[in-house]
Amino acid sequence: MTTKLFGTKVARVEDQRFLRGQGRYVDDLLTDDPRLLHSAVLRSPHAHARILDIDVSDVLDLEGVVAVWTWDDLTGPMAEPLPLLIPHPALTHGRTQYALARDEVNYVGEAIAFVVAVDRYVAEDAVSRIRVDYEYLEPVVGIPAARAAQRTVHDDVPDNVGARMTQENGDARAAIADAPHTITLELDIERSACTPMEGRGTVARWDPDTSRLTVWSSTQTSTGVRGCVAAKLGLDLAKVDVITPDVGGGFGVKINHPWPEELLVPLAAMTLGRPVKFTEDRREHFISSAHERAQQHHVEVGFDDDGRLLGLNVEFWHDHGAYTPYGLIVPIITSTQLLGPYKPLNYRVSFESLYTNTVIVTPYRGAGRPQGCFVMERTMDAIAAYLGKDRTEVRSTNFIQPDEFPYEHGLIFQDGRELTYDSGDYPASLAKLKELVGWDEFEDFRAEMASQGRRVGIGLACYVEGTGVGPYEGAHVHIETSGKVKVATGLTTQGQGHQTAFAQIVADTLGVRFENVEITTGDTRKMPYAVGTFASRAAVMSGSAIHLAALRAKEKALRIAAEALEAAEDDLEIKDGVVSVKGTDASIDLGTVAVLSNPLRYAFDEASKAATQFSVGDPGKPPVDEDDEPGLEGKDFYSPERSTFANGMHAVIVETDPDTAEITILKYAVVHDCGHLINPMIVEGQIHGGVAQGVGGALYERMAYDESGQLLNASFMDFLMPYVTEVPTTIDIDHLETPSPLNPLGIKGAGEAGVIPSAAVFAAAIEDAEGFPITAMPISPSELFDLRLAHAPEATPTAAAAPAPTGT
Amino acid sequence: MKPAPFAYLRPSTLDEALTALAGEQGAKVLAGGQSLVPLLSMRLAAPAMLIDINALPDLGSVQVDESGVRIGALARHAEVLASSEAAEVQPLLAMALSHVAHPTIRNRGTTVGSIVHADAAAEMPMVLRLLEGSVDVASVRGRRTIPAAELFAGPLESTLAHDELAVGAFFPALAAGAGVGFQEIARRHGDYALVGVAAHVQLDGDAVASARIGFVSVSDVPVVVDVTDAVQDTAGDPAAAALAELDPADDIHATAAYRAHLVKVLVPKVLAAATDHARERARQRMDS
Ligand SMILES: Cc1cc2nc3c(=O)[nH]c(=O)nc-3n(C[C@H](O)[C@H](O)[C@H](O)COP(=O)(O)OP(=O)(O)OC[C@H]3O[C@@H](n4cnc5c(N)ncnc54)[C@H](O)[C@@H]3O)c2cc1C
Repeated sequence: MTTKLFGTKVARVEDQRFLRGQGRYVDDLLTDDPRLLHSAVLRSPHAHARILDIDVSDVLDLEGVVAVWTWDDLTGPMAEPLPLLIPHPALTHGRTQYALARDEVNYVGEAIAFVVAVDRYVAEDAVSRIRVDYEYLEPVVGIPAARAAQRTVHDDVPDNVGARMTQENGDARAAIADAPHTITLELDIERSACTPMEGRGTVARWDPDTSRLTVWSSTQTSTGVRGCVAAKLGLDLAKVDVITPDVGGGFGVKINHPWPEELLVPLAAMTLGRPVKFTEDRREHFISSAHERAQQHHVEVGFDDDGRLLGLNVEFWHDHGAYTPYGLIVPIITSTQLLGPYKPLNYRVSFESLYTNTVIVTPYRGAGRPQGCFVMERTMDAIAAYLGKDRTEVRSTNFIQPDEFPYEHGLIFQDGRELTYDSGDYPASLAKLKELVGWDEFEDFRAEMASQGRRVGIGLACYVEGTGVGPYEGAHVHIETSGKVKVATGLTTQGQGHQTAFAQIVADTLGVRFENVEITTGDTRKMPYAVGTFASRAAVMSGSAIHLAALRAKEKALRIAAEALEAAEDDLEIKDGVVSVKGTDASIDLGTVAVLSNPLRYAFDEASKAATQFSVGDPGKPPVDEDDEPGLEGKDFYSPERSTFANGMHAVIVETDPDTAEITILKYAVVHDCGHLINPMIVEGQIHGGVAQGVGGALYERMAYDESGQLLNASFMDFLMPYVTEVPTTIDIDHLETPSPLNPLGIKGAGEAGVIPSAAVFAAAIEDAEGFPITAMPISPSELFDLRLAHAPEATPTAAAAPAPTGT
Repeated sequence: MKPAPFAYLRPSTLDEALTALAGEQGAKVLAGGQSLVPLLSMRLAAPAMLIDINALPDLGSVQVDESGVRIGALARHAEVLASSEAAEVQPLLAMALSHVAHPTIRNRGTTVGSIVHADAAAEMPMVLRLLEGSVDVASVRGRRTIPAAELFAGPLESTLAHDELAVGAFFPALAAGAGVGFQEIARRHGDYALVGVAAHVQLDGDAVASARIGFVSVSDVPVVVDVTDAVQDTAGDPAAAALAELDPADDIHATAAYRAHLVKVLVPKVLAAATDHARERARQRMDS
């Protein structure tokens, strides 16, 4: 075999293009086409209003305007609400918006009219000329208002409750009632958002001569968009191609589909017979894509003297915004994944998913896990404080042990399957983390800092992440006669390094040079069966499918080569693209094998002469065997029985300024276990990015809605995404590799992990520095200052003191 | 996020620019564009005409002599920051400029543009006010010099008439026996400050003859407070004295109470730094 690439730090092939500004994104497409039209959307300025009248009469007078659509202009499926992508029996009151608002708008930013013009400038001028009469309705903003339900978002959804759901394993309430110790906690998390560098964007071109629609979209699922576009526009699936060019980040928001513009752009292109483009701007991204994270939690926990969880009862309220296109995925993930590496003897979780007059909520990297991790880890810290035990000790007491896998939690996960952990070694991970961060030496450090008048704190947080959810992903591997290998997989890529990681797998499995492998993702012309990129699933799902497809191609290559070399298949090996008989000089290039695999009538070059009808084959038999196909290809799908569960533990040391309440990160340590690593550099990059995003979510970002439902910080000026200067300069990472038994490569997902424990780990460290409980995140210096005032009487300046949960 | 239509003029002489400015009520000057262009793109401003002054001659210089630093209307923040002569003659310039936005923005944004933009959250208007500098303006009607104390009319509002173009700003040199200090707290590196504080201390021998403090982001116009009395009185509280004249407000990043607290934290530190700076300079003068 060629030198094994799996597990090595191969430099990312995509970076040359990306770092030189040569990425090609949706907005870069068709720019030379003089027929290209541009679009802009009139968005609701009100959080809640009835639309009485829309007057577009001034719009078409404007030079350069080509067309304008409102809901009245939509017909057929386009006039119906957008799909509810993931229905669930508990989602009794699911609602989705229309592509263009019909009678009512339910958040600032909801699409009302769609204008197509010669350029975006004119399109925006036109938008500003549309006059809408609104009847203003009182909005519902924030979870407390949604719960109070003095007003409702939708007339036909009582109490603003879209769904109520409970899961239980054992009898948590009884266990808590009988427990020697109990604690109650109220824990809140605010909204944030993915904020990818590139916003949403779609270009469509209709070819009237062939009746074919081509759509390029900045999406995390090209097959999903294709299905929706075909259904909504009444086209045969075969007439629609959806292609993802380079995508400048997704982080979850681009898995939701179809966005109104993803349908309106193709509709306009078909109607007008000219290509049409929509490129979302930053303000639009803030007010009309999606947010996540806002949840309030009420926790009751009963435990014994060792801190063992006897009963855990969590009730929470999830703010899903104005509509529910993505169903209940986020709160279900919180419900199940808050368990982390622990095994409470009895567990009950229930939630209400609530409507508010704010931007919709769909998964954002971590997708409900950061909230769950926050809840569980805050609970662990509270128990440790209550019992006066080391925080790592209470966690160890509750860990699932390595010999307990597969571990069944007795709950149903987000994919509708049993929540069963496949593998992990949590005690080993914790031991590594303590070592990496210097947990046992921290008190010395604290004392040393205190002697300089400095205040520091340490925190840790553990999580388990279900990754690689189904249903499936596929791959097609084609070895060309040049020996080059072209691979297609249907899920999309947003800069994660899939081209590199997947090529490593192919190079190893097939025995070809890495440079000769080219990966195509997210192009429905190349692979029409696919799901999408989310839930840290690309490596597990497409990586496994690619491996299986490459194995099939290899099988065929060996069969043909064995015949050509007159050797047994078992005696052959493939190295650097050459099949040879082990221990001899006899060999044949894979390219030549590809030539032989495809009996030809016509020779188009020197090599292909070898495959023409007078050169190969037994004249007595059909040129292609009955059970064979021409070409050197392999195609396969990977569909696992359930998710694989990665895990990790983060620790952070922070300094809080005694005067200004500013929070500084002194050390950030990560122990990460995602099974076998395909490319450690890519995994570390994912962790770095996740930690950076987590720092943002914990210390900087929030969605500042006022009571009227206006988002006050809809720009990067006021939505404080951290700069490089706010992110720790070093992140210490250690890996543990506990392979997954569920897939052929033993891998688990790594994409979301870095962001999951942030709120929890920073809350813990700040609490440790300050000596009072931190129960709401994110936290700003101004808020920390307020907390100091609130806790002033009992606060001790150099506190290592325990938090003060309400105990019995 | 595309601006509403506007006419665009890029004059190559000052006279041409001034005539155009006088002739079009709806005209706006475009300098570095780092404040104006975002306002246009978000359609928060829709001027009928932009008069781009970037092609005007002779406005790009940073001239330094012993009286002070004269900054042309097209000198970029980065150029002022890079001038070691300017930093020598008036050290507060560099101290404050390093907190103005990020390098890329400083490469385009002009110091004079920032001053006439008159943002109470911006560093340089306050610095001009603290140092008692001035702005030179020109119009078809002639030229005048506006002292900093008369420059700021209200939030984002200067006393320049509509037809006036700022051609330069003057920051006086730091006098013998004087010292300055600057510190600010921002949410992220390079952001507009939650609170920024600059101090100017004049010594008489070793005693403080005058102490003045300038503030960023705690009022709606750049504010300077004379705290000499509070400094000279051993029981005085300069921060409290300053707060009496400030008007910190709540916003999404910080409460008014937190801003007031930061004033209390920063004022003594910056005053001490300015006083040390004054003493250090006095010592150096004696050494040389
Ligand atoms: C992300 C970001 C962060 C920033 N952070 C800070 C910060 O921390 N601190 C800070 O102080 N600034 C900050 N700025 C603003 C920056 O300093 C601007 O460059 C400056 O405020 C304006 O200078 P300009 O040359 O870009 O002016 P422009 O944007 O061109 O003009 C601003 C205004 O001044 C007028 N004007 C400009 N020049 C003249 C003139 N010569 N005569 C008459 N009128 C004129 C214009 O008509 C306009 O109304 C930031 C900007 C950005 C984009």
